[in-house]
Amino acid sequence: MQGPLIDTLARQGITRRTFLKYCATLASMMALPPAAGRAMAEAMAAARRPSVIWLPFQECTGCTESITRSHSPTLEGMIFDMISLDYQETLMAAAGHQAEEARHAAMKDNAGKYLLVVDGSIPLGLDGAYSCIGGRSNVDILKEAAEGAAAIVAMGSCASFGGIPKANPNPTGAVSVSDIIKDKPIVNIPGCPPIPVVMTGVLAHYLTFGSLPELDEKGRPKAFFGETIHDRCYRRPFYDQGKFAKTFDDEGARQGWCLFELGCKGPVTYNACATVKWNGGTSWPVESGHGCLGCSEPDFWDAGGFYKALSVPADPLKIAAAAAVAGAVAGVAVSFANRAKKNTAKQTHEPITVDDLEK
Amino acid sequence: MNELQFLTWVRGPGLDIAVGIFLLGVLWRLFEIYSLGRKKDLAAPRQRSGASGLHTVFRRSLAPPGMLKRSPVSYIGGYIFHIGLAIVVFGFAPHILLIKNLTGLSWPGLPSQFIDLAAVVTMAAMVVVLVDRITKPAKRFLSTFEDWFTWAVTFLPVLTGWMAVQHLLLPYTTMLALHILSVEILLVVLPFTKLFHAFTLFGSRWYNGRVNAHKGVPV
Amino acid sequence: MSASLEKGIHALKEVIDAPIASYFESCVHCGLCAEACLFYTETGDPKYTPIHKVEPLRRVYEQEYTLLGRLKKAVGLSKPVTDAELDQWQELVYDSCTMCGRCSLVCPVGNDIVYMIRKFREGMAVSGHVPDGIRSATKRTVEIGGPMGLKWPAVANVLRKAEESTGLTIPVDKEGSDYLVLLSSMEIVNYPEYIEALAKIFHKAGISFTLASDAFEATNAGIQIGNSDLAKVIVSRIVDAAERLKVKYVLSPECGHAYMAIRWEGPNLIGRPFGFEVVHVLELLDELRQKGVLKMKDKLKDPLILHDPCQIVRRGGVLQAPEPLIQQVAENYIPIADKQKWNWCCGGGGGASAIHTEEAEALRAKVFRIKKRQLEEAGVNTMVTFCANCRITIEEGLDHYEMNTKLLGLTELLAEHMED
Repeated sequence: MQGPLIDTLARQGITRRTFLKYCATLASMMALPPAAGRAMAEAMAAARRPSVIWLPFQECTGCTESITRSHSPTLEGMIFDMISLDYQETLMAAAGHQAEEARHAAMKDNAGKYLLVVDGSIPLGLDGAYSCIGGRSNVDILKEAAEGAAAIVAMGSCASFGGIPKANPNPTGAVSVSDIIKDKPIVNIPGCPPIPVVMTGVLAHYLTFGSLPELDEKGRPKAFFGETIHDRCYRRPFYDQGKFAKTFDDEGARQGWCLFELGCKGPVTYNACATVKWNGGTSWPVESGHGCLGCSEPDFWDAGGFYKALSVPADPLKIAAAAAVAGAVAGVAVSFANRAKKNTAKQTHEPITVDDLEK
Repeated sequence: MNELQFLTWVRGPGLDIAVGIFLLGVLWRLFEIYSLGRKKDLAAPRQRSGASGLHTVFRRSLAPPGMLKRSPVSYIGGYIFHIGLAIVVFGFAPHILLIKNLTGLSWPGLPSQFIDLAAVVTMAAMVVVLVDRITKPAKRFLSTFEDWFTWAVTFLPVLTGWMAVQHLLLPYTTMLALHILSVEILLVVLPFTKLFHAFTLFGSRWYNGRVNAHKGVPV
Repeated sequence: MSASLEKGIHALKEVIDAPIASYFESCVHCGLCAEACLFYTETGDPKYTPIHKVEPLRRVYEQEYTLLGRLKKAVGLSKPVTDAELDQWQELVYDSCTMCGRCSLVCPVGNDIVYMIRKFREGMAVSGHVPDGIRSATKRTVEIGGPMGLKWPAVANVLRKAEESTGLTIPVDKEGSDYLVLLSSMEIVNYPEYIEALAKIFHKAGISFTLASDAFEATNAGIQIGNSDLAKVIVSRIVDAAERLKVKYVLSPECGHAYMAIRWEGPNLIGRPFGFEVVHVLELLDELRQKGVLKMKDKLKDPLILHDPCQIVRRGGVLQAPEPLIQQVAENYIPIADKQKWNWCCGGGGGASAIHTEEAEALRAKVFRIKKRQLEEAGVNTMVTFCANCRITIEEGLDHYEMNTKLLGLTELLAEHMED
């Protein structure tokens, strides 16, 4: 596919007007000024497609599924048309040595300019042997590919923070991209899976302004990860009124009350699900009646159980009972010592006479 | 350690340790204090209605005649911050959930806007009480490091809890973790400082009421 | 000659009990006890805050009976109690504490501070940190028989005079009487009218009574100085006499601490309940009033207020007798705001009136301002009370401020206006 993106879109039945609206929405979502939407549309429409290399590591392909799979072609899907996806194992036709050659060719041709997308964590255990492609470990491939990259996008919680592979006891020694690569700009788009529009938003920003969007201290685009699920949740008023579903099938659940007591991690999860929703704005986990798992937060798998409310102990109290017994024992021991001491004092009491009142 | 791991630690091992030390301390101290015993009063008792240990346990919660006027800040400030603490601790739904999880006891929560107001009023009262401690001669004279320390240890959980809910200063997750940590510090120091009055005041009032009731004086 | 710090600590170890422990653990340093103490309210000096007066006792408790305290002592965080320190505290425990117990009524956590003071004095007494005045009063009581060194012949003399002026016989050492009447030296010396009044009332009511030549003194400096051994020696005289004379009742005189000593501390000092009842003279009088025996021929017209002695009312439990009695004899009795168990001390209780140092006397004069204020606020020139020690202290105070207030004893007042 050559030529400007707008022609491609037109061929697929997407009008210039629809595209403009989409860009305006994207711009507003990213908290950019209104004029940025038009600039974005123009820049993207005319953009020369940058080379993108997509490396899948220790992952489940959920991230790729999230972004590419849909029943009807979406604008998110179309955005892929504006990049030159030179390597993506799941999507590319080539396989084996052919595929590796394509990657090498792209890396060479676009040295210093290509965008590196990574999904999946990188296992470091046994010298990286837990996950290899073409006989090379993920960590080797990442280091090599990162060297010539203009920037790296860590797609999903695994690439961003280590994700489920890193969950306790982390048998493969999984780490995130940013644990290995320190000298390149990295955008983390966590989520299990991440929200597609965040990915396209970041790509659009990159194409329009030639730079990455503003990131928070965890490397996430602030525009999408600036607020918690809880703060933007449509069930929030119920939380404030103290109305909670106690089980998944009680009256409260049917009334759509807050899912805090059922373990919702919305209060500590920074993501855009509550505003962007999923599947083309159809719904999202809390709307469908299940609490947020906190999947876009680091180490969410080990945060004390999905169905435990945030304010209850993450683990059962183990030492408390023993400590209580120890306290009682200590107390009784001190009691005996004290009583003995007092009795001794009483038994050694010497009757006082008036002469004893003076020194 | 990231903030979610910090939060998970304070909700997990941290809480376990804090509750453990709290229980250990409370039991140890209660035995230590009350096992000293006391002599039976051999004088013939005088009966009078309204005079008993139990009467004093309750009566002493009210300001004695004339005292409110003598020390209004102590009483009004004291009432507000104690009641405020009770509202915040026992009325906020997430707290009730924790209590339910630990003890099985549960009751309906209060609206969070009300809790929010109670927290602000409690903090204001605590600041006023602190200023009173600094400015009143008798209070300042009696004050030791422990008094300032226990004030801070009591104030911090309210402040961090309120700040977490209000999203002030730090991200919610970090603030929530700090809030829980501050409560854990409170639990750990409670049995070993004057904060232990939360337990012993009932015994003290009862003894006082009992000793004086023997003489027929309702105190 | 053998008082020492070690003995003091030893004594404290004997008396520290669960209430003391509970009280110290409950204190939140709120300072409200200061607001109930006349030595603080009248001077504004925070060192007079009641709970501060027992600070050395707290440290002994902590260091001897708590695990953390022992640890703190071992590493030097909690300093041992020293002689110099107790010497410094002597003024706080005796001069500026009358054991009035008002602080015990206001403590929000329920601390009975006067209970703590009483126990602390056990340590102070045997470590030699007591005011000379109280020490010599104690010595005189133990060695001679009364705090003023009064002997029986002198008492017999006073009784004879009372017999002459009333024309009634005052029985002595008469077995099988209803009442054994006790006196306080102060009454014998300063207010002999009390004895006459009593003789008249007993005669009128037809109640038999006697005095004991070996146990006339009701006061007990042993409980003021804070030594149970000596207090026991003193109280045993009364118990022995009462049992020997087989009386049903022992009548405590108006004197406040005498009532405390015989009624409440007595059985605990000798270690067994009494076989007789101890009655305060006002309790008896009120009973007679209710029976209609105590009729007045006329009433005192002067507007007056009542001073409730701490040891009889707040700490003794004689709460309801005084008011009906005063109303019986006075037309213009004006109840004051802080009355009955809320009364303010005269400033001389707990042995304080026996301390005659310049500082102690100046302090007593200063704190008397609270009584002065009560008189002025009520706008009266007459005050009635029922404790010989309060009377002495109040007289001194009135003298100091050159007030022309008339001070009366309730029993005498009743006797004076009683139907013949």
